[in-house]
Amino acid sequence: MENLKKEVVELDEVVIRFSGDSGDGMQLTGTLFSNTSALFGNDVSTFPDYPAEIRAPQGTVGGVSGFQLHFGKKQIFTPGDYADVLVAMNPAAVKANLRWVKQGGTIIVDADSFTDKNLEKAGYSQDPLKDDKLGNYNIVEVPITNLTKQSIEDLGLDNKSVLRCKNMFALGLVYYIFSRPLEHTLNFIETKFGAKDPRVVEANKRVLQAGFNYGDNLQLLRSYLVQPADIPAGKYRSINGNIATAWGLLAAAEKSGLRLFLGSYPITPASEILQEISARKDLGAVCFQAEDEIAGICTAIGASFAGCLAATSTSGPGLSLKAEAIGLAAITELPLVIVNVQRGGPSTGLPTKTEQSDLLQALYGRHGECPVPVIAASTPSDCFYYAYEAGRIAVEHMTPVILLTDGFLANGSEPWKITKMSELPEIKPPFAQKDKPYLPYLRNAETMVREWAVPGTPGLEHRVGGLEKMAVTGTVSYVPENHQVMTFEREEKVKRIVAKVPDLKVFGNQNGGKLLVIGWGSTYGYIITAVKEMQDEGHDIAMLHFNYINPLPKNTAEILKLYKKLVVCELNLGQFANYLRIKHQQFNYLQYNKVQGQPFTVLELKEHFYKLLKEE
Amino acid sequence: MADVKYTPKDFKSDQEVRWCPGCGDSAVLNAVQKTMAELGRNKEEFVVISGIGCSSRFPYYMNTYGFHGIHGRSGAIASGTKTANPSLSVWQITGDGDALAIGGNHFIHEVRRNVDLNLILLNNQIYGLTKGQYSPTSKFGQVTKSSPFGTVEHPFHPGELTIGAQGKFFARGIDYNVALMVEIFKEAENHRGISVIEILQNCVIFNDGAYDYVTEKENREDRLIVLKHNEPMIFGKNRDKGLIFEGSKLKVVKIGENGISEKDILVHNAKEKDPSLHLALVNMESPEFPVALGVIRSVDAPTYDQGVYEQIKKIQAKTNIKCMDDLLSSGSTWNVE
Repeated sequence: MENLKKEVVELDEVVIRFSGDSGDGMQLTGTLFSNTSALFGNDVSTFPDYPAEIRAPQGTVGGVSGFQLHFGKKQIFTPGDYADVLVAMNPAAVKANLRWVKQGGTIIVDADSFTDKNLEKAGYSQDPLKDDKLGNYNIVEVPITNLTKQSIEDLGLDNKSVLRCKNMFALGLVYYIFSRPLEHTLNFIETKFGAKDPRVVEANKRVLQAGFNYGDNLQLLRSYLVQPADIPAGKYRSINGNIATAWGLLAAAEKSGLRLFLGSYPITPASEILQEISARKDLGAVCFQAEDEIAGICTAIGASFAGCLAATSTSGPGLSLKAEAIGLAAITELPLVIVNVQRGGPSTGLPTKTEQSDLLQALYGRHGECPVPVIAASTPSDCFYYAYEAGRIAVEHMTPVILLTDGFLANGSEPWKITKMSELPEIKPPFAQKDKPYLPYLRNAETMVREWAVPGTPGLEHRVGGLEKMAVTGTVSYVPENHQVMTFEREEKVKRIVAKVPDLKVFGNQNGGKLLVIGWGSTYGYIITAVKEMQDEGHDIAMLHFNYINPLPKNTAEILKLYKKLVVCELNLGQFANYLRIKHQQFNYLQYNKVQGQPFTVLELKEHFYKLLKEE
Repeated sequence: MADVKYTPKDFKSDQEVRWCPGCGDSAVLNAVQKTMAELGRNKEEFVVISGIGCSSRFPYYMNTYGFHGIHGRSGAIASGTKTANPSLSVWQITGDGDALAIGGNHFIHEVRRNVDLNLILLNNQIYGLTKGQYSPTSKFGQVTKSSPFGTVEHPFHPGELTIGAQGKFFARGIDYNVALMVEIFKEAENHRGISVIEILQNCVIFNDGAYDYVTEKENREDRLIVLKHNEPMIFGKNRDKGLIFEGSKLKVVKIGENGISEKDILVHNAKEKDPSLHLALVNMESPEFPVALGVIRSVDAPTYDQGVYEQIKKIQAKTNIKCMDDLLSSGSTWNVE
């Protein structure tokens, strides 16, 4: 027999989507593949897409959990629109995810799961593997369940434990296809299950290897190689948006010399921030899991009064509940970071899905004239910098700050070149001096910031609270003119934060052009990918992305006036566009909006931009 | 300990007290100022935190650190302050509406957590600041501005609620008796954990006379009992009445009648962990029983704030992560050349 040389095809980038029942371990499988690829040197971006139910009915479309990852030898900004490879552990996974697979893409299915019962649960009247509906795809049927069983039948594990290893077979097979080493995953299995039962370790290892060997032995698949990306040298780690947010807050606390206090109540998709900070006793962080959202923020306000860097983390419905207390932090002018991990709303809405529809709530969702700085992160890893920045602004400007992230950033992960603390800007709390008489609302002439006097400091005893205070002295005041003065001063203080807000930079032609695509927050990756691709195609298109929402950067209008058409793209019905209409009324803003609980696709953005460029 | 000797005046702020003339709140204010002057702590260590309501203006009248919060949330704010800095002496001032209606959730949870706070609940059984609507402690059937035909709601008993939420310290004072309040406040300050102190406080405008039955000068010694740890539960003008247990229920008896002598009378044990008798005592109502005053329950238990820092200390002693840079490069990382 001819000694076949394995055919290896080199690719620039690949998108893989793992999908199965929410109990099938698809999130873990995806994470392990991402980490292995990152270790290999690829740039990676990931996005889990999972149902709100912890264990939705097995085998149904509603219970399908997915994990998409995009890796490449070039810079990767998004988890990818459409998958090159879909791994589907059951018929429901095919049904739920087919729309996310590229025409001609590969679908690997567990053939054993295509039983009449499962087909019915998934809502298929006919086996899709047997009719021609999947004709445009490269279907690879693998008896994953049986092969998993066979490879570990001698270990004496119960059936449930055996079936739990199926995901490792799929992972091994995909590792083979993309020429990835198994070491990282084998080590992971050792640490994860080692203490539990040595048989579980053995089973997972064997099944992983069996999946890999299956690919190798059958030669039914070509294998592919995605070379390492050309990324800046340094020490890297993989990080998701929630962990990055938690760490950014911890970093701001350390830099400012304050203890971090988080008062929070569990809510999807923000709970991981609470969990991470509760684990950070090593750094002295205090984490107060409160009885409700209101107590979450109120404990934080109490801690801020006592001299901590205080924060509260939540998602949309929780932000609504905190609204009154944000007003209290604003009128007492105490530092506080409010992290809002946005999700689909209103009400419980789409709790596990992503959306940018809390922007106006963050800007205006309070009673009274209550200005609050609002900033937004744009990638999973830059949640670190913007959480840090939220902490810096809060402390240095004595104000509550709202940081907007969302489900997409919170759960998405990417490799991150680790920052050193020495590289981060200073944070200097404006503490009142001990030996001078303390006037709670005496302001710094330049920044309008009041001084912070912390309980326990002799001689600085004073009262603050929700009632309007006399300017300078801080005693309760109902004087009409004073309320106007204080309202103005609070507004002006927030406006003056702009002094340290970096200027915006256009991606593309700085001198103007036909079309400027405007985005904010987490849509960054999709928009820049679409714009970059169109620039490479020779189109006159540029991009402007906002992280500072209130106050807007100084040079906003200067840039907007240079472009013929402005289109604001966001995952809501036009909240940022409307905000720009208020702040810079002289321009005409077009909109591109989506509210499906899903991020944009590069494809849909490009199609829209082509259209805008064509219209004159 | 303070090296300065304070007088109550040192704790008065320069703000004019704006409660109605005759309001019970003023007596509580005096008692708190007197207590703080006598506690021997430095003034800067006291923090007074309130919610919304008449009584919640309290911090503005104190020359200490103070925070006037929002309606119902004083418990959460105070919990945050105390947890942020356990070396402070934090006093939460609240009312029956603030603590038990809008703030009911925070109240039960701060009690359950046992945050080391002194909580003074000024109970006037009415909403005063909003001008006379019924509160969660208003009597069943009470006619108020928002219950013109009488309420059809059952009131909370703050003591019962405190014990139900696993409270370890509950005391009751009354606005006319400043000396008793000072005594209770001192015990509360020395107790580690949350000390809930209900003050029966008369609202002269909207609920005047709510406590008249028990405060009437001629009869009050027969209608009130001041409980003291280790002392028999004896009361009455002539010190001839007492409490006994009969058929698992409390009963008022007369000493010298039906063969009852002083030694048959229950001796108050505020330190008893089992809350059954404490519960019976806080629930005593007129006219069948005297209303119990004094420290009714005072049981030691670990506090929340203590627990938080003990855990931090324990973890910090054994961790390799000593600073942010350690954390940032912990776990799985890789180098790109």
